[in-house]
Amino acid sequence: MLSAAELDAVALSLNVALRSVLASVPCAILVAWWLARSRSRGRLVLDALVHLPLVLPPVVIGYLLLLMFGMRGWFGGWLHDTFGIQLIFTRAGAALATAVMTFPLVVRAIRISLEGADPGLEEAARTLGAGPWDRFFTITLPLMLPGVLAGAVTAFAAGLGEFGAVITFVSNIPGETRTLPLALYTALQTPGGEAMAARLAAISFTLGLAGLLVAELIARRMRRAMGR
Amino acid sequence: MLKLTAIKRRDAFELNVAIEVATPGVVALFGGSGCGKTTLINIVAGLLHAEQATIEVDGTVLENSSAGVRLAPEQRRIGYVFQDSRLFPHLNVLANLRYGERRAPAQARRIAFDKVVDLLALHGLLQRRPFALSGGERQRVALGRALLSQPRLLLLDEPLASLDAARRDEVIPYLEMLRDEFALPIVYVSHQFEEVLRLASHVVLMDRGQAIAQGGIEAISLNPALRAIVGADAIGSVLTGSIVAADSHTGLASIQVGAGIVHVSLRDAKPGAKVRVQVLARDVILASREPQGLSVRNVLKGAIASIAADDAETDLVHVDVGGAVILSRVTRAASVALDLKQGMPVWVLVKAVSIRGHAFLAPAT
Repeated sequence: MLSAAELDAVALSLNVALRSVLASVPCAILVAWWLARSRSRGRLVLDALVHLPLVLPPVVIGYLLLLMFGMRGWFGGWLHDTFGIQLIFTRAGAALATAVMTFPLVVRAIRISLEGADPGLEEAARTLGAGPWDRFFTITLPLMLPGVLAGAVTAFAAGLGEFGAVITFVSNIPGETRTLPLALYTALQTPGGEAMAARLAAISFTLGLAGLLVAELIARRMRRAMGR
Repeated sequence: MLKLTAIKRRDAFELNVAIEVATPGVVALFGGSGCGKTTLINIVAGLLHAEQATIEVDGTVLENSSAGVRLAPEQRRIGYVFQDSRLFPHLNVLANLRYGERRAPAQARRIAFDKVVDLLALHGLLQRRPFALSGGERQRVALGRALLSQPRLLLLDEPLASLDAARRDEVIPYLEMLRDEFALPIVYVSHQFEEVLRLASHVVLMDRGQAIAQGGIEAISLNPALRAIVGADAIGSVLTGSIVAADSHTGLASIQVGAGIVHVSLRDAKPGAKVRVQVLARDVILASREPQGLSVRNVLKGAIASIAADDAETDLVHVDVGGAVILSRVTRAASVALDLKQGMPVWVLVKAVSIRGHAFLAPAT
């Protein structure tokens, strides 16, 4: 039913979205935790920075990534020479661009579940003898878990369709960086590609909808388990 | 010995309290809202920083600002039962109970899991999540969790305040049991005098951050400062005495108070047991001659120790009944008609039924 190129694009999108989520979730947990609990002034700045991808044109994000991680970029050359890691024109790069774009979604979801959790519970854990790391892993992290899961699933669904930042940063290379939306775009540019475009659009639609439903179901189930 | 001193300023508010009492026992911090009770126990727990504090439990210094000692809350081993219980919502009751127990040092273990579960009747709740518990059950679990953390001191912050009257009556006996079962020093914050009456061995009256009076509950019950906190209708002297006779048919127990005997409604009374009663001043009638032919069961002979104006229309009369003092609130008109004077002999009349509900078995210490 689907051509090899289409299957390639779908598989690649899944791969890139998964990697982007794995990369962004741990960072998002730390950032959300700090944003929810800190009272320092740097919070405002970080908050704005985190949300920038929501308001900037994705091309700008892609361009900034090029500046930083291109072969002659600020970190790109160093990464390549020291670790042999190349981000530009690779799947890893596509995952990075996707992670940056979906980061605000994850942070937001985690932060909301964290702000709904009573900080008094951490105090209670302290009086019961739990030190800072102990408290983080036994109280704070489980309390943000609904947000972490919901955020991760939403980010995964959104990551399947990331276009602007990806094409700007890692270009449109079949089998390496041509993800679902890029394949869809290419099909539209190709004479006679309408049928392929329609199929890819349908797949995007289905995956996106499924992702959102799963995220909501998880959030609901976990809220119920905690009686909130 | 339990030593707590704390000084903390915040805007116009200044907390300045010093308490030193023998352990074990229940220290009740009593006062209206905003008087600094919770601030004080948060300092004791280490959750709040005070400008100056000394916290010493049975010889162990947990904080001493002048010596630069300040243990983190997680190192103090102070059990804290919060007003809103603060059970961990993602853990079931069993895991909540074990949370503190697992983190307590092995050599400090003296309160056994099974015993706590038994005493607090938690068997049926162990697998439940906190949201599936009633308010009273939640506070029982919170109590158990704090106890199992093997504390050297237990702080209870109005543990009954979030409960309705029926639930409160359900939890109080558990608190009494804990007090008697584990020889733990307890600091109990409350703004319900009835709770203090049932539980406390030492009462600290607090107002605007200061400890305005402290001591045994009998003396505190006569303190004019208490009147300002509880209001005219709730004041009354607290008397402690031993049961000399108990009648299981009528449910009346006779208690030796001072030189006289007071009869009160008290179930499960055993001769010899110590009992604490509160006689509300508004329920006490004074007679200038020995009364006869009355249904009143309690008639005690005494002498007026002092008379003070309570408000525009009433006087508060302290009557010494041979070692114990009973408060009576009488109208100024009655006071004038009887020509009440200091030193004058009077008879104190109290209906046994009006003491019902205010008679409790006294703390062992």
